[in-house]
Amino acid sequence: MTYARDVVALARKDLLLELRARETLPAMLLFVLATLVAFRFALPADASERASVGLLWVAILFTALLGITRAFIPEREQRVLDGLVLAPVDRSAIWLGKVVATLAFLAAAEVVALPAFSLFFERVTWSTVAAVALADVGLCAVGAILAAMAAAGRARELLFPVLFLPLSLPILVGGVGAAVSDDPGRYLAFLALYDGVFAILAWASFEYVVTE
Amino acid sequence: MAVAAAVVLVAGFALALLWAPEDADQGPSQRIFYLHVPIALTAYAAFGWGAWKALRLLWTGNQRYDLESYTAVHMGTIFGTLTLVTGSIWARTSWGVWWSWGERQLVLFLILFLFYAAYFMLRFSLPDGPGRARISAVYALFGVVLIPISFLAIRLAENLIHPVVFTRDGPQMSGDMFFTFCVCLAGMLLLAGTLYLNELAGKRLDLKLRDLRESLELG
Amino acid sequence: MIRARGLERRYGAKRVLRGVDLDVERGGFTLVTGRNGSGKTTLLRLVAGLAAPTAGELEVHVERGQLGFIGHEPLVYRELTAIENLRLYAQLYRVPEPRERIGMLLERFALWEARNQRAGSYSRGMLQRLALCRALLHEPELLLLDEPYSGLDSEGAELLDRELAERVGRATFVVATHDPERLAPLASGALAL
Repeated sequence: MTYARDVVALARKDLLLELRARETLPAMLLFVLATLVAFRFALPADASERASVGLLWVAILFTALLGITRAFIPEREQRVLDGLVLAPVDRSAIWLGKVVATLAFLAAAEVVALPAFSLFFERVTWSTVAAVALADVGLCAVGAILAAMAAAGRARELLFPVLFLPLSLPILVGGVGAAVSDDPGRYLAFLALYDGVFAILAWASFEYVVTE
Repeated sequence: MAVAAAVVLVAGFALALLWAPEDADQGPSQRIFYLHVPIALTAYAAFGWGAWKALRLLWTGNQRYDLESYTAVHMGTIFGTLTLVTGSIWARTSWGVWWSWGERQLVLFLILFLFYAAYFMLRFSLPDGPGRARISAVYALFGVVLIPISFLAIRLAENLIHPVVFTRDGPQMSGDMFFTFCVCLAGMLLLAGTLYLNELAGKRLDLKLRDLRESLELG
Repeated sequence: MIRARGLERRYGAKRVLRGVDLDVERGGFTLVTGRNGSGKTTLLRLVAGLAAPTAGELEVHVERGQLGFIGHEPLVYRELTAIENLRLYAQLYRVPEPRERIGMLLERFALWEARNQRAGSYSRGMLQRLALCRALLHEPELLLLDEPYSGLDSEGAELLDRELAERVGRATFVVATHDPERLAPLASGALAL
């Protein structure tokens, strides 16, 4: 299927770019570690388990923010997005390629973050890992299209966080809930719902964001 | 429409203040409910209308829908802000606090306020044209999907965010109260409609003026 | 192939194109001339589908995959090599036998030696030649070229002359330039903005 090949080609391109530039991923890794350490210092010694899990999610959220802000920078800085839009490619494939690539970066950052969290705070449960995985999909799906919107205008790196945070609040709720509650199933189902609904919306409407 | 709005609103207020029976639990402060909930519902209606117009824009490409969608979202944001204000006042008069995380509507509108405030920032950063219209439209669609999703999230997390200590009026209103409520709701919707048409007409006039000015300069 | 009536494009309050009419038949070669800022670039972007007109009608009877475009930017990723860039575009444009095609084009534009260098290390002329490779990669029916000679030294310009001469009559061209003399012999039509 050429659609799948397009997505793969585009995602590979992003991974290759990051491999060459080595800007975004190291920053994300360092940032998430530093944030967790900062939170450790910021929390009083007798803080509850719930509070520290909440902070894990904040760290993940802001790391995702850091990573996705740069999602469309190469396309925007050199107007290469025009080149992609001109091609007979389904525009949603551009979005999906970005999602796959940013998911890879975010997952790489979490491979570092979750063990670090276990070290600094307390052990990470399976429900947390499941929640993180589901949340990642939602964050990247929504982040990719918002990044494209922000990239179209001025002050793009300032604008993206403003667009991203309100939409990510339900994910925060779902994620923390799954990690903390006795019945994580409901929260995981909610995260899956968020992912499904917003991914479909983003997939269908990306075309309209990059064309006039 | 303006006249109808004025009449219905005044009638609604009169009913709310004078005629509706006093609530057993909360006393006179409960009357702000007749203001707060219709404003909230009107905000939802405005956001929904904006999303509908956004969909029409993406579907047909007719640029007129851009202005209509924007104005509707603008109305929604105004009424949303009023919801937060009236909700806060109600919380203060009922329970003595300016804010309550247990209050679902309030939290929902806080999220929506953040979202739609970003709408304007987004719009402001984009150059005028079909591109801005499309991006705004897509964002408005995201907004209307966010409403039920956020509501679900808040419901799910009620005990996480804040234990629900206070309860308030549900749909179990007496017949008289319900009638008053409906009148106020109708009044709010008419008010929103009037403001919407007003702003739309004003903006359209601005555009025509700009076109005229340009034609004069060139011809 | 292209038909436009009363095309208009405004950016905010500024109107960049007003009442432009255009007719281009298959196999034609149209020169678009005008001062800087007269809207040549905007017109080409409209025809390419990169922007939508704010008023007027525009019909372009060409599929996206049959369109080649040269703009002010080369539209290549600076961090990738020439080969990697062209391989990506070859996939996106469904170019058959991509390796051969890429190799042939790089050679024709004297970029074969530099094929494994990052595009970011290229000179202005090399970038323009890479852009031309990109635009011709899929042998498009319609070529929209915005100042294609800009940045090219005399050798590069000769290479471009050769490519254009080969394709005239087989492909359709709309070329924006502020130096129409060079291309006048090839042109079958003109539009002054």
